[in-house]
Amino acid sequence: MSAASRPIATTRSSAGMPTGRLAVWWVIASEIVIFGGLLGSYIMFRLSHDAFAQQAAHTNVWIGTVNTLVLLTSSLAAVLGHKAAEAGDGPKAARQLYLTALGGLTFASIKFLYEWPTEIHEGFTISSSTFWSFYYTAAGIHAAHVIAGVVIMLFIAPVAKKGLELQRVELIGLYWHFVDVVWIFLFPLLYIAK
Amino acid sequence: MAEHAHAHAPEGHESHEHPNYWRIWGILCALLFVSVAGPFVGIKIVTLITAFGIAIVKAYLVAKYFMHIDIAAKYVTYFIMTALVFMVLFFAGAAPDVMKPEGRNWEKPAWLDGSIHGTMSPGEHGAPAEEPPAAH
Repeated sequence: MSAASRPIATTRSSAGMPTGRLAVWWVIASEIVIFGGLLGSYIMFRLSHDAFAQQAAHTNVWIGTVNTLVLLTSSLAAVLGHKAAEAGDGPKAARQLYLTALGGLTFASIKFLYEWPTEIHEGFTISSSTFWSFYYTAAGIHAAHVIAGVVIMLFIAPVAKKGLELQRVELIGLYWHFVDVVWIFLFPLLYIAK
Repeated sequence: MAEHAHAHAPEGHESHEHPNYWRIWGILCALLFVSVAGPFVGIKIVTLITAFGIAIVKAYLVAKYFMHIDIAAKYVTYFIMTALVFMVLFFAGAAPDVMKPEGRNWEKPAWLDGSIHGTMSPGEHGAPAEEPPAAH
């Protein structure tokens, strides 16, 4: 595809940065309001009701720790992909994107195949109490973002491997780091503060 | 710590210096283990600092070094900060209703308070089923 026929959102910089990047920052600002409302509500209930602490004692801090480590490592892969894309190295950028996606899949697998089934088996379901409603809602919405990121990366990586549309590597990386930041706050709220 | 910038970035990329990302990742991992170890001290204030203080530091490191927000256009920082201010406004507006049992012209109904204080929802797993009062 010639530069002239590419979408203007790809690289145009009328706002002082490529419009695609501006769009991702705009998405992130909207997401802050979504997750901020959820986390703010959780904090209000957590501070005023001791029952939350009793229920939070049942979450598995070690699984949360492993998943945090997985997401931090996948963020490292994403930013190394960005660096490779900036150097024009499409195959390396694609490899890093696949590694990032693998991190996302690992995170989702731990959550959906082990952590949640174990908790549900122990009787902690989304309707067990207000704490568990928050727990499944917050972690579920976050996990949906993880899966969305993985799917987008799997679309972007094969194109990047050919050395095309390398700016997309940075854009999905920005989104992925934000997903990581959300988890950085969810982790102490749901697993540490008991 | 910084490596050299790439002189010829492809279209859509601005050239900038890259920090040592492995080092940033190492710091993030170290902070993670401190936040996990915090509760083992058994002092509530230490847990709060190691959990939430470190979360703020980790988020700052990711935003600065991985998202490069410090070299993005200034207005990006402004609208991200605006979103955070809206979050604080929401908290300030809603917290009195949620966290206080009564106010100047209102009192929290017992059925609502009970359903939150209890570890179970009303009517589930043997918890007493309490219904909200009928609207007049």
